[in-house]
Amino acid sequence: MTGSPGPLVRPYGDTTGDGMVQLSFTLPVPHDKRAEGAALQLAARMGMEPALLVHAKAMGPDFTFFVVYGSVTHLVDLREVQVLEREFPLLSSKEINAAIKARLRRKLVVVGACIGTDAHTVGIDAILNIKGFAGEKGLEYHREMTVVNLGAQVLVPELVNTAREVRADAVLVSQVVTQRDAHIHNTTAMSAAFREAFPAGQVPLLVVGGPRFEEGSAAALGVDRVFGRGTTPGEVASYLVHALVTPRTHPDPRGSQR
Amino acid sequence: MSSPVPHLLHLDATTVRRARTLSRRAGKPVVDLAKSHTTVSVERATLRLAGLSGADHDNVPWVNHLVDAVRGSVGLDQGATTPVWDALRRGEAPDLLTLAQKASSGGVAFRLPDGRERAAARRAARTAVAAGIRTIDRQRAARERLVRRHGDPQQKPWIYLIVATGDIHEDIPQAQQAAREGADVIAVIRSTGQSLLDFVPEGATREGYAGTYATQENFRLMRAALDESSKELGRYVRLTNYASGLCMPEIAVLAGLERLDMMLNDSMYGILFRDINPIRTFVDQRFSRQVHARAGIIINTGEDNYLTTADAVEAAHTVTVSQLLNEYFAKEAGLEDWQLGLGHAFEINPDLPDSFRLELAHALLARQLFPDAPLKWMPPTKHMTGDVFRGYLLDGFFNLVGAMTGQGILLVGMMTEAVVTPWLSDRDLALQNVRYVMNAAGGLPEDFHPPRDGVIQTRARHVLGEAVELLERIVHDADAAGDPPLLAAIADGTFGSMKRPPTKGKGLDGVVRKAEGYDNPATTLLEEGARR
Repeated sequence: MTGSPGPLVRPYGDTTGDGMVQLSFTLPVPHDKRAEGAALQLAARMGMEPALLVHAKAMGPDFTFFVVYGSVTHLVDLREVQVLEREFPLLSSKEINAAIKARLRRKLVVVGACIGTDAHTVGIDAILNIKGFAGEKGLEYHREMTVVNLGAQVLVPELVNTAREVRADAVLVSQVVTQRDAHIHNTTAMSAAFREAFPAGQVPLLVVGGPRFEEGSAAALGVDRVFGRGTTPGEVASYLVHALVTPRTHPDPRGSQR
Repeated sequence: MSSPVPHLLHLDATTVRRARTLSRRAGKPVVDLAKSHTTVSVERATLRLAGLSGADHDNVPWVNHLVDAVRGSVGLDQGATTPVWDALRRGEAPDLLTLAQKASSGGVAFRLPDGRERAAARRAARTAVAAGIRTIDRQRAARERLVRRHGDPQQKPWIYLIVATGDIHEDIPQAQQAAREGADVIAVIRSTGQSLLDFVPEGATREGYAGTYATQENFRLMRAALDESSKELGRYVRLTNYASGLCMPEIAVLAGLERLDMMLNDSMYGILFRDINPIRTFVDQRFSRQVHARAGIIINTGEDNYLTTADAVEAAHTVTVSQLLNEYFAKEAGLEDWQLGLGHAFEINPDLPDSFRLELAHALLARQLFPDAPLKWMPPTKHMTGDVFRGYLLDGFFNLVGAMTGQGILLVGMMTEAVVTPWLSDRDLALQNVRYVMNAAGGLPEDFHPPRDGVIQTRARHVLGEAVELLERIVHDADAAGDPPLLAAIADGTFGSMKRPPTKGKGLDGVVRKAEGYDNPATTLLEEGARR
């Protein structure tokens, strides 16, 4: 097949249209013939037909691990796929500095933190620290940005106070390790606190990031933007420029954020 | 512990000596500072040794009530025990628990006794605290007996696996299953919020985020379960927890009382990565290490953190510096070489050419610098991308470095690192990986001698040189307040670019400068090695 794929596609193993996928899982049953049959039954119900059980191994007396290969009967229709396209252009560090300098005419102030019980600063550090991530320098590297990194286990009131003290344009919150939807609870509590502490229209731009956030969940969480796994500092910086610096009807983005 | 063949790296003995001299010079003023202060947590730990436990209906521990009450009336600069046992002698309450309960409602008049009354109060306090110390001694003897009975793991490194469900009653079957699958050491990760709690939660707990609260009862339950597993498996399965955060001294005491076998206990981790006040940390640190030394607990240090927050090649020497400082502080507190699980990690970007050779160089450097310490070798996390297949290969190479360089404790890497908390199958696959590598290459240290002045030797010597340079910078650091150079260095961002001044950070209000006549029977018993 050459050119663009048709609207209907199937997984590709080694031949167009073969539909081949691989799957591994554990069943809470001892390893025997019945367990292998159960694994194939699951594969069939998942649309793998025919399914080939390539590996089965007992894990202790009560569990069995399986690897299954097979062709799925499902088709996917590319026309029905919805993606959140990046709504802003990617800028270089130079362009970012220039945009802030020319249009904002002061430093863009960013406050970052891990809130709640999350003690893992890898995410926020990757975005903020000069060191950066994936070969891109962090936000601190930008001459025209002032970055305040509060670190881990920051309480929401402390974050709100700092944001007010330093007149933050944007607040970045990272949630890496989470259990029982703690990242969602923490984020909604945070956005509610900001909404309460700042007059309408003066709330800083609220940005959250972390591997467990769903794309497109910003509105539900009460924040302006959600970034997921693999986000680079350059994307965040470009977004901040897009959201805060790009000319709009009001001259000062602080007064026009919502 | 058997040392690998010496001179694998041809390190310059003068440079190695210089590194240790500088570490001592950096550490000594901090030890002096630690000796001249106490903290609320040290005082609470002392009361726990005297047998005070439990909490009120709001889960505020009685040790917190009693220390707060003493502090509120006569201060802590003489230590809590003198006014407490003076009050008991005067009949303010029939026992310690009742005294704490009365004190919590302001019903006890504390005072600082003089002369004979002071001496009597101190004798009584020493007798009470010594009972706790003897419990720790008995637990150490019990461990030695059980190790003799069931045996140590047959292979080195010991296999270290993490359990973290948040619910102690879920943790127990998981830990027992992990032991059956081959784990020699079980670590129960704490709930992420715990390091900043200024009290130790009470009882068996079922609610924790990304981990389970460290409580005395949870310690007891898990140790009892692993004693069963040890019997079943014919090898002593060790238990690990975390003596860190604001309650480090108390958790160290609870670990000693409940026979935990290893404790994470780093000299600077809390300061740098949890923003805990530096003085609080060093005071709490020294006390907790004295307890660990007495309890025969192996400490694990946290150098892996330097590599996850900075580049693992550029920051390699910060690991060495931290290991040297950890060694100095540990030995000063009475820990022996076999108790020093100094940390390091496999965190070099795998896309870098020669990354594996560099990992080997760094791991060998640690092995050669600390030949008698059971080094703790930690798996990749930073460059685990979610591509579980690549991650499995990376973990295999991590295991290979562990096998080739004679590490003491191997934290098993999970291919689903950064994806999910490990599944049953992840753990099984991870252990297969370890077993394959150990079986296939466990004997490699016999054959593996990096060539003279090759990439590995040169790199190791280079890192050691950088470590010495950094130590030189630290001992010549200074701040306006005239703090010890190491504190000045921590304040100006020498470590991990994090600036942590001694006047800031969490837990500072719990630090008290000792007055003339300060007394703490726990410290005295630990330093004298006395039992009564």
